[in-house]
Amino acid sequence: MSETETTQEAAAKRGWFARMREGLSRSSSRLSEGITGIFTKRRLDDATLEELEELLIAADLGVTTAAELTATLRRNRFNQEVTPEEVRAALAEEIAKILEPVAEPFELDPAKKPQVMLVVGVNGSGKTTTIGKLAKALREEGKSVMLAAGDTFRAAAVEQLKIWGDRTGAPVIARETGADAAGLAYDALVEAQRAGVDLLLIDTAGRLHNKADLMAGLSKIIRVLRKVDETAPHDCLLVLDATTGQNAHQQVEVFREITNVTGLVVTKLDGTARGGVLVALAEKFKLPVHAIGVGEGADDLRPFEARTFARSLMGLDS
Amino acid sequence: MFENLSNRLGEVFDRLRKRGALSEADVDAALREVRVALLEADVALPVVKDFVAGVKEKAVGEQVVKSVTPGQMVVKIVHDHLVETLGAESKGVNLNAPAPVPVLMLGLQGSGKTTSTAKIALRLKTRDKRKVLMASLDTRRPAAQEQLAILGIQADVPTLPIVPGEPPVAIARRAMQTARLEGYDVVMLDTAGRLHVDDELMGEVAAVRDAVKPVESLLVADAMTGQDAVNVAKSFNERVGLTGIMLTRIDGDARGGAALSMRAVTGCPIKLLGVGEKLDALEDFHPDRVAGRILGMGDVVSLVEKAAETIEQEEAEKLAARMQKGQFDLNDLAQQLKQLQKMGGLGGVMGMLPGIGKMQKQLAGAKLDDKLLGRQQAIISSMTKIERRKPELIKASRKQRIAAGSGTTVQEVNKLLKQHQEMGRMMKQMNKLGKKGLMRHGLGGLMPR
Repeated sequence: MSETETTQEAAAKRGWFARMREGLSRSSSRLSEGITGIFTKRRLDDATLEELEELLIAADLGVTTAAELTATLRRNRFNQEVTPEEVRAALAEEIAKILEPVAEPFELDPAKKPQVMLVVGVNGSGKTTTIGKLAKALREEGKSVMLAAGDTFRAAAVEQLKIWGDRTGAPVIARETGADAAGLAYDALVEAQRAGVDLLLIDTAGRLHNKADLMAGLSKIIRVLRKVDETAPHDCLLVLDATTGQNAHQQVEVFREITNVTGLVVTKLDGTARGGVLVALAEKFKLPVHAIGVGEGADDLRPFEARTFARSLMGLDS
Repeated sequence: MFENLSNRLGEVFDRLRKRGALSEADVDAALREVRVALLEADVALPVVKDFVAGVKEKAVGEQVVKSVTPGQMVVKIVHDHLVETLGAESKGVNLNAPAPVPVLMLGLQGSGKTTSTAKIALRLKTRDKRKVLMASLDTRRPAAQEQLAILGIQADVPTLPIVPGEPPVAIARRAMQTARLEGYDVVMLDTAGRLHVDDELMGEVAAVRDAVKPVESLLVADAMTGQDAVNVAKSFNERVGLTGIMLTRIDGDARGGAALSMRAVTGCPIKLLGVGEKLDALEDFHPDRVAGRILGMGDVVSLVEKAAETIEQEEAEKLAARMQKGQFDLNDLAQQLKQLQKMGGLGGVMGMLPGIGKMQKQLAGAKLDDKLLGRQQAIISSMTKIERRKPELIKASRKQRIAAGSGTTVQEVNKLLKQHQEMGRMMKQMNKLGKKGLMRHGLGGLMPR
């Protein structure tokens, strides 16, 4: 068993780096081409720094973060002759410094049985798919996982989660579409306690954070869960779409206020969107980033690694 | 969605308005703010650069310096330029082709394609009286085809029966065949979400395009999209060829710079906006209004139109007649509250009002939500008929009774009464102001302060 595990692990690792770089190289090739264009052995002056700042902005890092990173570079390297590689490496180093404290994989606490995780996010960010992938990963570690189909609003969301349940061999607690999500969460927690599973993953309907009534629905789910277990939910995962721009700030802020978000998952990182906003989020909120989604398959969930992410973002080898 | 951008520009132009003359340095300062605001609003960098350059060219010069109110002049130049970038006119879905007209829905995963497909189908059925068939080509995401089938039942629009294992191109062909045989006018083809860099899947959707020759290929994109919007729109346009863009989740608070970016990079018109989770939450895109909203000038035209749709003509006329006579009592206020609720609640209405951008922040701080309308209605419901007609009767003990009856506090009752008084006062001024004034002040008067 340990042997297969190591091979699997190795395969996964290779797959991850390759995939991440493959995906990242698409966008960062543009980014790094731009940088190469600016610095073919050039003096680092104001004009170049400004161009550099704009390149960071174009990667969704945001105006403020881009300005800070450029300012650091100015302090350290101003008026020096620099090569594109040096600049990229220096920037990657700075970005990695920001991201390192938040790169925390998700850990199951054996003391909590069942551990309860609520999965929240705006519509279409990838909550259900992420739950499916998480369930798969944990099942492969030999953990018992139960899923609660808490998206009782969107058509066929329950069916979607049930299919993931079948794929991963995790039981799914569901009611018909239109049922009360909080009631379902209550039932699921009671059932999870009875069955003694390691983790209960509760899916929720996607909701825009500026809709007060829908956000109140989330608070209700938490209130009701606490009637069964005062410490629940132990984790609250906010799923962010890497394509999202600066609105991610508002999403994190409001969801954190309502649900006490304990960690982030960034999805759809296999496209050209780099999720550069994550750098700004890490600075501002310091919430752990548990994992990243790099595809639609059951295995396309990867741990988040600061250095890899940062270096790939700058188009460098890991 | 554009409130934040209006905030930003609002602040810049507030400063400008306070100055008499406008120097070149002023324009530069304003445009720096415009640039940052646009970038923070997720407008893509190249688009921002073009935009700012275009505005500067027009703004710096004699016409601005010599104009009477330079600030307004800049606002106008920025506004006109925004309208220009957003596209000059609004167009609905193009059905100008022999039936059945194929409409292809494209986009990234989770952008809202399936819901949008059903929304458009419902509108074509009810408003344009077309016979619409929907088919899901999403064979990848679990239960995606079922999702469209369920939405079809909700919208009462037929969907193509699902054949498990059938590939997308075959589904598309079968949909067109079925539509021809059964006399459908429009076929909505909902495709699987795909990354624009996924060669295999982009090839697949290109094959679907070749098989059905769609009259419309709409890119469905999330209004929250960041800088990547340009890449997505460009790739889809190059690989598949787009005829229009539909922007979803406009009801969120994203600044929506993606609208500007995608329009600029593809040249395709933005045709439709998704404004909510319900199937009738679909609106036409009006660039002039959206641009006005970006600049904090409000989307008054939309509001007036929506009000006209929602408020029943007869009731409105009765109300107007009573107002003119100065007989605006609490029954009328209750009526207005109800209509306000129909128009999408306070949030919906206020997003469209001018000058609300800044207020929204304060309102969010005040934890204002649509329950307020319900509470106010409850207060009025807890009054006797006589009290509603003659609010001046309501003194301390009546207030206590009303508060207890409606589950509110005396303060809240007081607030409502004061609001009604102020509205009455405004009604009197209204005759001088005309209809436009009524819209602004009447609804403005409803806002708690």
